[in-house]
Amino acid sequence: MLQGQRTWIFDNKPVILSTATVGGPDEAACNISKDFDLLHDDMWLQQSSFEKAQTMMMEEACDIALNKASLKADEINFFISGDLTNQITPTTFAAKTLETAYLGLFSACATVTQSLALSAFLINAKGAKYILSGTSSHNSAAERQFRYPTEYGGQKPPTSQYTVTGAGCALLSDSGTGPVVTSATIGKIVDMGITDPFNMGGAMAPAAVDTIMTHLRERKIDASYYDLILTGDLGEIGHAISKEMLESEGIKLDDSNYKDCGMTIYNEEQAVNAGGSGPACAAVTTYGHFIKKIQKGELKRILLVATGALHSPLSMNQKDSIPAIAHAVSIEMGSDSQ
Amino acid sequence: MIFLWAFIVGGIICVIGQIMFDVFKLTPAHTLTSLVVLGAILDGVGLYEPLIDFAGAGATVPITSFGNSLVHGAMEEAQQHGIIGVLTGIFEVTSAGISAAIVFGVIAAIIFKPKG
Repeated sequence: MLQGQRTWIFDNKPVILSTATVGGPDEAACNISKDFDLLHDDMWLQQSSFEKAQTMMMEEACDIALNKASLKADEINFFISGDLTNQITPTTFAAKTLETAYLGLFSACATVTQSLALSAFLINAKGAKYILSGTSSHNSAAERQFRYPTEYGGQKPPTSQYTVTGAGCALLSDSGTGPVVTSATIGKIVDMGITDPFNMGGAMAPAAVDTIMTHLRERKIDASYYDLILTGDLGEIGHAISKEMLESEGIKLDDSNYKDCGMTIYNEEQAVNAGGSGPACAAVTTYGHFIKKIQKGELKRILLVATGALHSPLSMNQKDSIPAIAHAVSIEMGSDSQ
Repeated sequence: MIFLWAFIVGGIICVIGQIMFDVFKLTPAHTLTSLVVLGAILDGVGLYEPLIDFAGAGATVPITSFGNSLVHGAMEEAQQHGIIGVLTGIFEVTSAGISAAIVFGVIAAIIFKPKG
């Protein structure tokens, strides 16, 4: 079960029964738009605020995941989810609608793997039969909380990233067919003293490297064990930094087996600077795009390393640096999973 | 010729703003207020009016001109009414701009959804 200091091996192989992804207008125009279950052409979703629109996307993602597995909300033991808006308000209101037992998480853009790791742990330990694990973000809700009011139209440097509008959800169970969660490594805070909220990829890269190194060491496996090591939202800047750091540690990866969700999601015509970000970035890319590749057999083993910048409006006002974290979860398909 | 100078002077003021923004990593709010203060200081030492004569809209359109107007109104009123004129004069020249911002802001808020 516990292997090393902070890696869990899930011997009972919690199954991802179904996944669901919901996106907004920018996601409808992105590289992986065909992998979404539901796309909206309006940032507001006919709601009165961006946060309410985010709540609705989370609810929709849960509904779709439940429908795909032919389950009802009252059969779910726990809803484990979070986001990065004030006191995870959109997630809490989605939990209110779901009416299931709820554990709210905050790990910013690393929420997807924090939730998946904890959900898999609970199911592996027979603490639950069905768990909905998800996360969401909304570009305009994040902009006005962490940057400037949306109507302000402030300039952004090329190192900045674009928060994904969407929600992603996975339904986990102790039995059934589907990709299985085999292990997880919980990250620790890595803070390199970066204070620029427009360069979060650079701030998060060392955290991703620390978690990847720890995971491989504690699982006693080589990086080549995975067909793909997938980071959450390092973007172009953070991806390049992390690749260099991993190389200096003797781990050589290339563009085919080391990818970033933030660089995968949007296309070049979309003005997103260094790439996508936000909790939904890793969630919709993994649960929409990459999980389909696993189901088709194109990928057998992936390590998802979602990265989070855990700064807050408070810490920015106090001119603190950006604490970063990364949690890793391995998802595998087929009978050869260890 | 004034068109060329307006183009150059206005452009230089914007370049200063962009440098403050990108090189010195000032926030948009700090960039804006710094330029307002810069305009106020330039008028205080009597340099902004000659700049307007020289470059026209190149000096009146950028936000530095707002600082200039604040100080200019205050100094003119002070000459006529003494020290109290500093207070009454601050919004003497700028009142049209400020009132327009409020009035048009309210109209826009009524027509459109102002919450971002």
